[in-house]
Amino acid sequence: MSTLELHSIQKSFDNVTVIHGIDLEVKKGEFVVFVGPSGCGKSTLLRMIAGLDEPTAGDLRIDGQRVNEIGAADRGCAMVFQSYALYPHMSVFDNMAFGLENARVPRPEIERKVQEAASMLQLDKLLQRKPTQLSGGQRQRVAIGRAIVRNPKIFLFDEPLSNLDAELRVSMRGELRELHQRLAATMIYVTHDQVEAMTMADKIVVLRAGRIEQVGTPQALYDTPDNVFVAGFIGSPRMNFVPAVTAQQDSALCAAMPSSATQIGVRPEHWLPSSAGEGMAITVLGSEYLGAQRLVLGRLGDGTRVEMLMEGAAQPVAGALIHMTPQPQRWHAFDSAGQRIIRG
Amino acid sequence: MKALNFLLRTRGRQSLHWTDVISYAYLMVGLFVMFAPVLWLVASSFKTESAIGQFPPTFLPYTQKTVVVAGHEKPLPLYKATLEDGSQRELAQVNRIGIMANMVDPANPQDTVRVNIRQRVPVNELKFAWGNYTDLFGKFTFGVYLWNSVFITVVATVLTLLFNSMAAFALSKYRFKGQKTVFLLIIATLMIPPTIILVPVFLVINEVGLLNNLWGVILPALATPTGVFLLRQYMLTIPDELIEAARMDHASEWRIYWRIVLPLSAPALAVLAIFSVMWRWNDFLLPLIVLSQSEHFTLQLALNSFQGELNTQWNYLLAMTVITLLPVTLVFAFLQRYITTGIASAGVK
Repeated sequence: MSTLELHSIQKSFDNVTVIHGIDLEVKKGEFVVFVGPSGCGKSTLLRMIAGLDEPTAGDLRIDGQRVNEIGAADRGCAMVFQSYALYPHMSVFDNMAFGLENARVPRPEIERKVQEAASMLQLDKLLQRKPTQLSGGQRQRVAIGRAIVRNPKIFLFDEPLSNLDAELRVSMRGELRELHQRLAATMIYVTHDQVEAMTMADKIVVLRAGRIEQVGTPQALYDTPDNVFVAGFIGSPRMNFVPAVTAQQDSALCAAMPSSATQIGVRPEHWLPSSAGEGMAITVLGSEYLGAQRLVLGRLGDGTRVEMLMEGAAQPVAGALIHMTPQPQRWHAFDSAGQRIIRG
Repeated sequence: MKALNFLLRTRGRQSLHWTDVISYAYLMVGLFVMFAPVLWLVASSFKTESAIGQFPPTFLPYTQKTVVVAGHEKPLPLYKATLEDGSQRELAQVNRIGIMANMVDPANPQDTVRVNIRQRVPVNELKFAWGNYTDLFGKFTFGVYLWNSVFITVVATVLTLLFNSMAAFALSKYRFKGQKTVFLLIIATLMIPPTIILVPVFLVINEVGLLNNLWGVILPALATPTGVFLLRQYMLTIPDELIEAARMDHASEWRIYWRIVLPLSAPALAVLAIFSVMWRWNDFLLPLIVLSQSEHFTLQLALNSFQGELNTQWNYLLAMTVITLLPVTLVFAFLQRYITTGIASAGVK
């Protein structure tokens, strides 16, 4: 269990800067998720923490000690790769024991540690198999087991679930959470899937184009996104953005809207029906039945498309005109720079 | 059964399609052209010296039958002779004077019959002259030649695999300045025929004092551009993540090479091993200039020296040639599937 600090970390490849100075603090035993669209630099950041890439500038500290000059092997991090990177010619046991052998751990201790990790991950019966004889989920577990046996200071996961099918991904998500609680270890997890980030993280770091957009708990990001990007990235279905000019037709909204607002953000689940002439007039385009709810697609007067999650069996007819207003206190106003305006 | 079905496959369903006829004819010709000389060689290696010189030649090793006749120390050659009265008898020849031969009936050694040599035909039997092979091991220090060849082939192959794979590992998995230049330089040496550098190679070997030393044959050709290229292309297919994972697993660079990269390149290593065995075993030019004393000869050199200026003992030469062919044939027969897969994956030659 360790702390990790990044101080204005930068990374450039051949004059192209991909990480523009990142400051971040990870506390002991925290589960931190780096999330962002592909190409935002989250994997590069993880590789720098692991020691596989060197930062161009900035300080990397583990437990307060600068580790920039320390090689990957000696940093005490363990990494689970997206492709698992299991050694295909070695058995599961050898895969898990390889790191310990390199560290010249005595043989009986290697066997004890591998057995311990294997039984924790339900791999006991598979120790003599080769990676090719395992299913995707089992390989994933071996990769995690290989990280566990070394008892690392920090666990690093690079999109570990992206090669699994949807069902397995959900169950592995739970297992990883459980593992985090049991080991009480510091973990850093990279994903492009905001659902994974929301369900697993203690703290989410949203990245875009090599910069941190916002850091916070999943709920903080959902309730109070700092800017348009985070607001749109976190939450599914996506938040609706309505130009302030159009939103002014809603009298209640118009009264509460800050004068500098250029956009209003409303999540699909935060709409309320209103009487005609009060809310926004929306032409229904169609709807998707989701079981407990119905996702209604509509169009505002200026052509902006909006989505609304509605309860109840009443099915809006396509082409009908309905009136909706955002729940008070649940909508957000953004200024021209895309930053959220904090309302009194 | 499966193999037979494979061999007898045709394009036509019922009768032979014309392309079947052409392909089979073509394959037959190819088989004959390539395989007949080898078969002839093997058959001839079992002939006695006199049978080799016989005209017209026979394919199988026939030798003249001999019989032991009372009153004669050595066994006498047996002939089928046509006598003056027109009857045919099997007679043993005692001696021959001019065109007349003195012959005796083995059953009745007292009376001698004089027969014109045109009137007699040798009685032949199928007999393998195993002596050609067994004598080799006693004679001509054949064992020494065999040992020299085996030593050079095995040691050179092991060292070639080791050094070429280390070069290939560096060229495929490390990023360093001048990486492309080094690789191009290595590949460029493929364009230089070995005969051109023969004299400089000889001078260098002479200067380091490795003339008439087996290491003088092993060392100059250890680093082969073909081997480096073949292994590098294969190693490029090993994912970098494996090496990064090993690095995170506290493995030293040597251990990454030895425990991860080398085992995973096994198919390419097998291909190079086959090539190396064939090159080294069949190599003639380099041993010829480096090894001049007969106790250091390889099999190929010994074969060459057998072909004397005045007298060649063909029966031993042929037997030795067969023995020389065997190892490469065996290696090829058992490992040829690696060659095809290896070449397919490395995309060379």
